[in-house]
Amino acid sequence: MSGYQGKKNIPRITSDRLLIKGANIVNDDQSFHADIYMEDGVIKQIGENLIVPGGVKTIDAHGRMLIPGGIDVHTRFQMPDRGMTAADDFYQGSRAALAGGTTMIIDHVVPEPGVSLIAAFNQWKEWADHKSCCDYSLHVDITEWHGGMREEIEALVKDHGVNSFLVYLAYKDVFQLNDSQMYEVFSAIRDLGAIAQVHAENGDIIAEEQKRILGLGITGPEGHVLSRPEEVEAEAVNRAVTVANQTNCPLYVTKVMSKSAADVIAQTRKKGTVVYGEPISASLGTDGTHYWSKNWAKAAAYVTSPPLSPDPTTPDYLNSLLACGDLQVTGSGHCTFNTSQRAVGKDNFTLIPEGTNGTEERMSIIWDKCVVTGKMDENQFVAVTSTNAAKIFNLYPRKGRIAVGSDADLVLWDPDASKIISAKNHHSAVEYNIFEGIEVRGAPLVVISQGKITLEEGTLHTTEGSGRYITRKPFPDYVYKRIKARSWMAELRGVPRGLYDGPVCEVTVTPKVTTAVTSGKTSPVKSAPQPVRNLHQSGFSLSGAQIDDNVPRRNTQRIVAPPGGRANITTLG
Amino acid sequence: MAERRLLPQDDDQGSLLFKLGTDSPKPRVKFGGMFCNIEGAYENKTLNFESYSPSSARRNPKGRVGDQKDNFSDTSSVGNFCVSQTPPSRTQPPTPLSASPGQTIVYPIGHNRLQNERREGDKLIIKGGKIVNDDQSFYADIYIEDGIIKQIGENLIVPGGVKTVDAYGHIVIPGGIDVNTCLQASHMGMSPADDFYQGTRAALAGGTTMIIDHVVPEPGTTLLSAYEQWRDIADMRSCCDYSLHIDITRWHDGLFEELETLVKDKGVNSFLIFMAYKDQYQSSDSQIYEMFSAMRELGAIAQVHAENGDIVKEEQKKVLDLGITGPEGHVLSHPEEVETEAVYRAITIAKQANCPLYITKVMSKTAADVIAKARKKGMVIYGEPITASLGTDGSHYWSKNWAKAAAFVMSPPLNPDPSTPDYLNSLLSCGDLQVTASAHCTFTTAQKAIGKDNFTLIPEGTNGVEERMSIIWEKAVATGKMDENDFVAVTSTNAAKIFNVYPRKGRIATGSDADLVIWNTKETKTISAKSHNLNVEVNIFEEMECRGFPVIVISQGRIVLDDEKLNVTEGSGRFIPRKAFPDFVFKRIKARGRMADARGVPRGNYDGPVHDVISMTQSVPATPTTRGPSCPGKTPLGPARNLHQSGFTLSGTQMDDHIPRRTSQRIVAPPGGRSNITSLS
Repeated sequence: MSGYQGKKNIPRITSDRLLIKGANIVNDDQSFHADIYMEDGVIKQIGENLIVPGGVKTIDAHGRMLIPGGIDVHTRFQMPDRGMTAADDFYQGSRAALAGGTTMIIDHVVPEPGVSLIAAFNQWKEWADHKSCCDYSLHVDITEWHGGMREEIEALVKDHGVNSFLVYLAYKDVFQLNDSQMYEVFSAIRDLGAIAQVHAENGDIIAEEQKRILGLGITGPEGHVLSRPEEVEAEAVNRAVTVANQTNCPLYVTKVMSKSAADVIAQTRKKGTVVYGEPISASLGTDGTHYWSKNWAKAAAYVTSPPLSPDPTTPDYLNSLLACGDLQVTGSGHCTFNTSQRAVGKDNFTLIPEGTNGTEERMSIIWDKCVVTGKMDENQFVAVTSTNAAKIFNLYPRKGRIAVGSDADLVLWDPDASKIISAKNHHSAVEYNIFEGIEVRGAPLVVISQGKITLEEGTLHTTEGSGRYITRKPFPDYVYKRIKARSWMAELRGVPRGLYDGPVCEVTVTPKVTTAVTSGKTSPVKSAPQPVRNLHQSGFSLSGAQIDDNVPRRNTQRIVAPPGGRANITTLG
Repeated sequence: MAERRLLPQDDDQGSLLFKLGTDSPKPRVKFGGMFCNIEGAYENKTLNFESYSPSSARRNPKGRVGDQKDNFSDTSSVGNFCVSQTPPSRTQPPTPLSASPGQTIVYPIGHNRLQNERREGDKLIIKGGKIVNDDQSFYADIYIEDGIIKQIGENLIVPGGVKTVDAYGHIVIPGGIDVNTCLQASHMGMSPADDFYQGTRAALAGGTTMIIDHVVPEPGTTLLSAYEQWRDIADMRSCCDYSLHIDITRWHDGLFEELETLVKDKGVNSFLIFMAYKDQYQSSDSQIYEMFSAMRELGAIAQVHAENGDIVKEEQKKVLDLGITGPEGHVLSHPEEVETEAVYRAITIAKQANCPLYITKVMSKTAADVIAKARKKGMVIYGEPITASLGTDGSHYWSKNWAKAAAFVMSPPLNPDPSTPDYLNSLLSCGDLQVTASAHCTFTTAQKAIGKDNFTLIPEGTNGVEERMSIIWEKAVATGKMDENDFVAVTSTNAAKIFNVYPRKGRIATGSDADLVIWNTKETKTISAKSHNLNVEVNIFEEMECRGFPVIVISQGRIVLDDEKLNVTEGSGRFIPRKAFPDFVFKRIKARGRMADARGVPRGNYDGPVHDVISMTQSVPATPTTRGPSCPGKTPLGPARNLHQSGFTLSGTQMDDHIPRRTSQRIVAPPGGRSNITSLS
C-alpha cells in the first residue's frame, strides 16, 4: 500500500483495515481454512462469513497458506566491529527481512568495553527506532562481568523489556568470560527470569590454534575454519550446558553450526536440561567447503563464528534435527560486511570481520530444505520459524500465532514459487550472497507487517522507522515452568549429625594461608573472590523473592488477553 | 629355626631334580606360544634393559641389590615351601605354613632376620602354576635369579639350592602396577597417614609390586626440586619399585625447560594437570593447550584431574550457604556433570593439540561414557577408574557416622548412583577403560576432622592400594565380566605399556622383572580395617568379601608376602625410569602428526578495495588489554607464546621425515598470483 507516502513522522497508519479471504491458516498446531480480518495492526476476527465494515481492502488468498510472520531471533544489523559497521543497517536489514517473510527481528546489542549495558541498549534502540521497518526486540550481550553489572541486568529486565542475555565463550581477551563468570551470570539471569544465551566456542583453544595456523603460513579464510574446528564448538556447548544445569538456568545456544554441537544439545535435552538450539540460515543452507574457494572474496564472505562446517552433510543433518524437535528455533545470524571491509583481513584471517547474510533467505531455505523434502510439515515450519521463538522469548501469542488479538504480522506463502538466490536481486547491501545460485522453492507472496502490506507482487513497501520496540517480560512460561518446579525440588538437604567430638589433627594456620596467598600469585584469575561471594549471596536473597513472585506472575500473561474477540480459534478447524 | 630349615632343604633339592615338571596337576601346554621349550630360546629373548633406560646417570638402583646378592648366595637356604610334599590343593597348606618358624619372621622383629629372608629370595623357582599374561595363559615353571625372570618352561635346569615356591592350583600373574598413589603429597601441612613405607607395604600385601606416585610440588618449589625430594623419601622408604608422575600445580617461567629436563634426564614421562582446585592448582584452557603441545613434543603423556574447578567453587559456596557443612556437601558440590564437562573439555583440547590424554580417577558413568565415545572417534585417550569407584559408591556420604562419611571424601567424589561400580567394571572389561589405580591417599579421622564444620576443609583421598586387585577380581572376574587375561591387562599390563615400562613390568617373560603374584581364586577374604595393613582406622570397603587374593607376592625376586605374612624391607624399592615416546601411545600420535598438517589455499594477492579503518590500532584483536582485568587468566600469554613457537620448530623436525609433502606445503605463497579474486566465480 502507501508505503512511501508516510515519512518518519507518521510511523503508524491508525486505521488500516484488511481482509484476507479464503486462506489456509497455518499455525504450529493445526491448519484450517478461514477468512481473517485485521484492524489497527491487530487481528480482529477469524472465521467464515465475517461481518466487516465496508471499503476494506480485500486480498483473496485462493486457498494459499497464511502463516504467522517469521521471527528472526538473531540479527546483528549495524553492528560495530573494530571501527567498521556492518553493511546492512537496521533499515536495509529489516527491509531484507520483510522481503523474505520475516516480520520481526531480535537484534543483539554488543556493548563496547567500558560502556554500560543500559547505554549500549539505548544506543541500539535509538538506531532501530529511527530505521527499522519491522517490529524488533533486543538481546543484550554481556561482554564483560564485574560487580555493578547485576544491577544493570536487573534494570534491563524490569524496566526495558529485555529477557535474554548472551555470554561469549569465545573471543579471548575481548568478550570472553570464564566459567566462574558464566556461572554468576547464569545465576543472576535465572533469578531475574531471563534466558541465558551463549556463543559457544572455546576461545582459549581458538587463540592457540590461530597462532598455530598463522605460524604455518596460512593467512586466507580457510585458516578461519582450520583454527575453529567443530570439536571446539561442541566442547563449549557441553560446558555451557553443564553450567546451566548447575545453576538451573535455561540455556539458549546461538548459532548451532556443526553436527557434533547439535548432537550435544540433543543429548542433553534427552537428559532433561532446559536448553534450546538455534541453527542459522547459513548452517542450514550451505556448508564450509567454500572457505577453500580460490576466490578470496567468496571465501571471506563465509567467515562467521562458529564457522560453517566443512562437512557437506551438515546442513541436511541440522535440518533433520530441526524437524524432529531436537533443535527448536532458527535465526539468521545476519551480520554482513562488504568485501572491502572484509579485505581488512586479506593478509590475516583473524582480522576478517565475521558474519554472513541470511535474514532474507531464512524462510525460503528452511521451506526448501525441510518442507519440500518432506522432513517437516507446514505446521512444524511455522513452529521453527516463528512460534517457538515467540514462546521462548515471551512474545507469544502476540507474535508467532494467527489468533484473534495477535499482531497482524502475516505472510501469505506460496509453496510453489521458485527462485534463484543471487546477490543481484537480494535486498542486502553486500555484493556477495553466500547462497548465490541456490534455487529454492517456497517464497512469500504477500507480507503483512503491523496490519500493513509491505510486500506485494514482488514490490516492497516499507517505512523507515515504522518498527516498534517489543518489550519482553521475564519468566516466559514456556521456559520457566520447568525451571521453577526444579528449583523447588532441588533444595539440598544436609544430614543431621551429632557434633563430631573425636580428636582433631592440629593444623597450624599458616600453611593454609600460604597456599591461598601463593595461589593468588600464581594464577591471576582469582583476584576477586570477595566480591564474587557477595554477589552470589545477594543472588540467593533474590531467589527467595522469586518464589514470592508467584502471585504477580499473572501479570506477564496479560498480553494473552484478547482485546475483543472471543472466538476460539481451535474450534474453527 | 635354622635347623628346621635345613631339613626340608634336602627334600626340596631332591624333589627339584627328581620330580621336576612331572607332577603338574594339569597337562601343560607343550609349545605354548613364545615360551615353547626350545633350547637356547631364552638367551635370544632376554631383553637388554639398558637400552630402555634414559641416558641419565641418575639411574643407580642402589647397587645394594647387587651387593647383597653376592653376600647371600652361599647361605641360600630353602624356604618354607615344600612342593613335593604339598598336595595339589592349596587349601591345606596354610596351617603347617603358619606354624613353621619362617613365618614368625615378621618385619618389626629385627633387621637381620629380614635380610636373611631376602637372601633366600635371590633364586627361586615357581612350580606348577598357571602363568597368566594379558594375551594367554599356560602352564610352566618360572626360574628367577637376581630379581629377573631367567627361564620359563618345563623341566628347567636350575642350580642347586634354589628355593621352590609351590603354585599348584593357583595362577601366577604379573605383579600389579598401581598408577596413581599419593603417598607423600601433604595437604594443608598434613602428611598422608600412609607414607611411602606404609603405602608400599600395603600395596605389596594386595599384590601390587609397583606404584607410580604423584609428585605434588609445594607452592614455591620447582618441579625438579620436588622431584628430588620425592626421590629421596621414596628411596629411603619405599618397599617396592616405584616411579613418579609430576603434577603441574603452578605456572611459572622455565616450566617447559623443567619438563624437558624431567623427561630427558629424569625418567619421567607423565605429567598431571589440574582442571579443579581453583585458586590453587587449576590451569586455564590456554595453559592446558600449551602443556599438551609441549608434552606431545617431548613424548610425554598428559594426565588430567578432570573437574571444572570454577563450577565446583561456586557450588561449594552455594552449599555452604545452605547450611550444609557435612561430608554430603562434598558430593553435592561436585556433581557428576562437572566431572563429565571437564573430561569433555580435556579431550577437545587434546584432540587439537594431538596429544595423548590420560584421565585419572574416572568416578562416574557419564565421564566414562565420554571417554568411551571419544575412543570410538579415534582419540588416543585412556581412562583410569580407581579402586573406590570400582568397589563402592557415594551413598555413604549420607552416613550418620561423620567419620565414616568423611572417609569417603575425595575428588572427584564417589557417585551416589549405586549402579556406578558395576557400570565402570563393565567398561573396564570391554576395553573402554584401560587402567586401574587406587588414588591411595589416606588421612586419619583426626586429620579429616579438620573439616568437621566445613566439608571443603576435609582432606581428600581414600584408601585402595591394598584392595585394588582383589576388588577388581571380585567385581569383574568372579562375576564373569572379564577373564583372567583381561584382569592382568587392566591391573598391570596396560599400565606398563602406556607408561613405557613394558615388558620389564607387566608381563611374565624371560628377562622381565621378577614381580609376580601367586593368586588364589578358590577362597574368599574379607576386607576390614581391623586386618588391613594401613594406618587409617576406617576402610571404605569394610566387610567386602573378595573371592581372589594374593597368597604369595614376589617383588624384585624376593618373597614379600607369604600367606598374609608380610616381609618387606624399607628402602628396597627402586626408582623405575620411564622413557619418553611410549610406542603403545605415540605410534598413532606420530602418524597423525604427519597427516594433520593444515594446508592453505594458494590464491593471488587480493587487489580489490580495502575498507579504511580509522582506528586500525584498536582493531588488532589481541591488543584490547582493557579487558585484561576482567579476564585475568591470560596474563602469562607473552611468555607462553614464545614457548609455543619454539614448540613448532620441534614439530618441524618431526615433519622433516617426509620432505615431498613439506615442499608442497610451501606453495602457500602464491608464485604466479594468477587467480582472480574479485570476480564472482
